[in-house]
This record gives sequence, structure tokens and C-alpha cells, in this order.
Amino acid sequence: MVLKIEDLHVEIAGKEILRGIDLEIGTGQTTVLFGPNGSGKSTLLAAVMGLGHCKVTKGRITFFDIDITNMPIDERARLGIGMMMQRPPNIVGVKLKDLVTIISGDSKTAMDMSNEFKMDKFLERDVNVGFSGGEIKRSELLQLASQCPQFILLDEPESGVDLENIDLVGNKVRGLLYGNACNKREDGVSALVITHTGQILDYIGADRAYVLKDGMIACSGRPTDLLKDIRMKGYGECVKCRMIKM
Amino acid sequence: MQNDKNVKNALDKKAAYGPDVDINAFKTGTYTPDKIDNIEETDTDMKDRMVNVGVTPCKSGRSGTMLFVDNGPSHISSCNDDIELMSLRDAAKRYDLSEYLWKAVSPDKDKYTAKSYLEEADGYFIRVRAGKHVKTPIQTCMLINRNKQMQNVHNIIIVEENASLEVITGCTTSKHATESLHVGVSETFIKDGGSLSFTMIHNWGDKMHVRPRSGIIMERNSRFVNNYVLLNPVGSMQSYPVTYLNGEGASAKFNSICLAHEGSDIDVGSMVILNAPGTSAEIISRSITLGGRMMARGKLVGNAAGAKAHLECRSLVLNDNGLTSAVPELESNVADVEMTHEAAVGKIARDQVEYLMMRGLTEDEAVGMIVRGFLEGGISGLPDHLKREIDAAVEKANLGS
Repeated sequence: MVLKIEDLHVEIAGKEILRGIDLEIGTGQTTVLFGPNGSGKSTLLAAVMGLGHCKVTKGRITFFDIDITNMPIDERARLGIGMMMQRPPNIVGVKLKDLVTIISGDSKTAMDMSNEFKMDKFLERDVNVGFSGGEIKRSELLQLASQCPQFILLDEPESGVDLENIDLVGNKVRGLLYGNACNKREDGVSALVITHTGQILDYIGADRAYVLKDGMIACSGRPTDLLKDIRMKGYGECVKCRMIKM
Repeated sequence: MQNDKNVKNALDKKAAYGPDVDINAFKTGTYTPDKIDNIEETDTDMKDRMVNVGVTPCKSGRSGTMLFVDNGPSHISSCNDDIELMSLRDAAKRYDLSEYLWKAVSPDKDKYTAKSYLEEADGYFIRVRAGKHVKTPIQTCMLINRNKQMQNVHNIIIVEENASLEVITGCTTSKHATESLHVGVSETFIKDGGSLSFTMIHNWGDKMHVRPRSGIIMERNSRFVNNYVLLNPVGSMQSYPVTYLNGEGASAKFNSICLAHEGSDIDVGSMVILNAPGTSAEIISRSITLGGRMMARGKLVGNAAGAKAHLECRSLVLNDNGLTSAVPELESNVADVEMTHEAAVGKIARDQVEYLMMRGLTEDEAVGMIVRGFLEGGISGLPDHLKREIDAAVEKANLGS
């Protein structure tokens, strides 16, 4: 098992956001998270990454059988967890080139990869400062590709991306999951993906989907079926009807 | 000529800013230090200290080198006929300098300038001939070699019409001179169309007191870029150079980077007076408090139509023991000026640190990268050797821990 989450409770600023999540993701599997705004999807991703504003009050997260519940962020990253943020912070004074070079370990790889992600013109720019929606996504994907993670957390990879860029972003996400850029990832890369529109599913296959509501998993199923239900009936109805079927 | 009586009276006059220093507690340093013919052959300690303030003992890549030890010249070499490089006392023997001496800094400004005036302090004299563009920098080093003494220097730089020049000056002490006083009066004149880039790197001892006094007078369409870097501990440092943009279209830019270590009292600022139409100025200050006292000042005075200026003081506070104060001031005496300022004091944003950690950097590496970016960011055209100095200081100060 790549990722196993057991009875996870998470607080942000004293308020309980996740209320007992159980979830498993196997090798090479892609899992999709649906759910209304404020249901706790981004919090779940942040808790798996270990971001400081999320306080785990109960439960356990294991990654390849290693308990990472209280592990520092950088150690999780070095174990092979990577994250594409929806709204990453501006890092004034830190050039994208320098960051990608540190991540990938050499500047030549950084230069070559930046061309692929159409970020070569942004290498001398401060990380995320003044980047458009599409540029932020390409920058995040470039950084992730330099990291070669074994498991990827994707927070709304298609949001804020124009029609021209969506193809590039979608194909790059596919490359990260199924490509052979990182030779060490022979077993395939797993992912946990948040999407509202399902647009990213045109580019990647997903094995299982969950609907999160009020900090709990309300239902699960095949991604295409769940998405269809949500589109037709909204989250409330979808949850009700799936609960009956479960 | 100045009224000497007024200047004598000023020997007791405290400076407007910074802690007061009893100048009588320091002996006057020697005016006749040992001469050094080849600075590549000086002792290792002195050479290392020079390198640490950006002064290379090797002549390559430099148009000229001048080393001041205590109060007198120890080495002067120049390999460019477009420049004149000599001691101020020698220059005063050769030329009538009355249109320059004490014209950009008033001798009765405070006790430090008064002392310098009354002692007729020596220093460097640098002049670049009209229309000449000197491609490689001139370097000067002011070194204090003895403890508990006062170094008192008076420097003059003249950039003639349509000439350009870069000066790197490093000020430091030998390892046993840790409790001395440095007073440096610098008067700079940039004539029509002239351009000067001036970088000053300070590396003092942790009980040293430092009082530079600088004035810059700029004529039409002249350019001035000033970089000031103080990365190591100092007892107290106070400076507030004043620039007069007297010619139409003149522009000045001040960048300063300071680390206030525990026990350091730093009060650094710049004032730019925009006296002519179409002049512009920018003052950018980046500082980090590591437990010391850091005052970042800046003042812009708009006296002519079309003047444009911006002032930016940003400070990071890395622990609870220090004090940080950003004091930006704008003064306009005419209607048609555009002057802005921004000041920010705060800690390192946690989300930025975590973002870099997500990419596999340790917390220390992430903080170091953000701190370096903070210090260097926003300052365009920072020379590579300064970046290396900053990187080394950030590493040495262990800012990530």
C-alpha cells in the first residue's frame, strides 16, 4: 500500500475540519476527491504533506508502511511525496531557476525541463511572483517533475488554466503519472487528485473516487459514475443516492 | 573658508543619530604607516581581511588600488591613465581643491566632521577625466591596524563630465584592532553626464564604532548608484549620507543590506534632496535583526517639478531580543512631484518555508534561501562578489537554525 489513512481527524485554528477519514491508495493508483467547497479536500492533502496549519488530533497516516503522521514536511518530500498547490505563496527574491536547480540537483536538467514546461522565460523570475494561473500550474509541475515523486497530491490542477494551457497541463500531469522521466519509479506513480470539473480526467485515468462532505467521506465509487451523478444531481443528491447503493 | 572657531565648537557636538562616542577616548592613528609596495606580499591576516571586504590583492581586473592603514596611505597603484589616484594631501599640494573640500559635507556638522577638518585628515583622491569610461573598478581599502585608536580619513571622488567609474571600497580592521573608531568623510562630485557606481563593504570588529559622513553633489544628467553592505558584527555604526541632485535629470539609487547581530547598534539611512526638475531617486534598504538594534532611515525631499522618488525599507526580525525601526520620510516643497515609500517589518512567512520544504529542502536550507532572496531581491545589478559575500554571511550567521 502506498498511502493508508486511518481515522484521521484534523483541526485548523481549533476547528475540526476532518472528522475520521479512512482511505487507501495502492501502487500506481490514482484516486480522485470530489466535494463541495469547504468540505475538507485541501485540508486532507495538506495533512498528508504535513503542512503546519493542519493539526492531526487523532488517527494515522502511513506511507509505504512508514508512519508519517508527525514527520517533518521535507522528510515526507524525500520519501517521495510531492504536491502541486492550488495557490502557492510568492517567494520574493528566490529565482525559479535556483529553486529548480536545487530540487533537480543540477542546472542543466533544470534548463532542459523548463523548456518542456514552457517555463524557460520565467527562470530568472521570482517564484510565483506575478505568475498567471497557467504559469503557476506549469511552475508547480516543473518543480514536481524535478522532484520525481512516487506519490503526487494534486490540488485542482486545472483551475485557473485557459483552454490553450489545459492541454499542456493535462499532458504534463499524465507524464508525471505514467511517463518514464524518472527511471527510479518503475512501479508507477500514485496520486490523490482534487478536481471540481473533472476536466483533468480527460488526461489521466482514475481508479477510484471519493466524495468528501463535512470532513467525512460520504461515498465512493467509479470516478466517471460519481462525476456524472454530481453533474446531474449535485453533491447532496449524489451522496444520498450513493449511500443507498453502498 | 570655514570659520575655524565654529568648527572647534563643534568638537563637542553630538551627532543627530546613533549613540554618542567619546572621541577623546581614542588615540589618533599614525599618519605614516609602513609602505607596502606589493599588496600581494602583505601578511595573510591583512590580505584575508581585504578580500573579505571585496578588495583583491591581485591587480588584475582593477584600474587602481589604494590601501590606507590607520590614517595614512600604505599602498597606491594605478594602471589607467584616465584616472588620478593619490592621497588627498598629495592632491591638495598639486591642485587647488577649494571648490571641493568641505563643499559636500559641512565641517561643523558634528564632532566627527569637526575632528576630521581640524586634523586635515588624509584620505583618497580619485578623479576620472572628462569623457573617459573606466571599465574596471578602482578599489580602496581602509584598514585599522591598532586597537583603541581613531582612524580619521577624508576622501574625495570627482567624476568629470561624461565620464564613468566604478569604485569598490572596503573598510576593515586587523584582528587585534577590535575597539577602535572609524570616521570617514567622503565628498563626491559627479559632473554633467557623469556616472559613478560606488560599493562600500564594511567588516568591523564587534566593539568598533563607525561614523562615515558622506555628501554627494550631482550635476545635470548624472547617475549615481551606491551599494552599502554590512554583514558582520559591529559595536555601533551610524551613517546618513546626503545627496544633492542639483542638475536637471540627475538620478541616484541607494541600496543597503545590513545584518544587525546581537550587540550591534546600526543606524543607517540616506537622504536625497531633489533640487532640479526631472530628477529621480530610489532608496532601498534590506535589513535583518538577529538580536541587535537596527534603525533604517530614509528621507526624500522634493524641491523641483517633475521629481520622482521612491523609498523602500524592509526588515526581517529573526528573534525577540533585537529592535527594528524603519523610519521613512517624504517632504515635498513644490506641487508637481511624485514620491512614494513603503516600509515593512516582520518575520519570515511560515508558508514560504513550508513551500520550499515540500520540495525537499530542509527547514534550515529553506530559511537560508528565503533570507538570501530577501537581502538580494529588489536590488538590481548587485555585483556577483557581493552576492557571494551575502551568501557566505547568511551561512555563517546560521540563519536557518
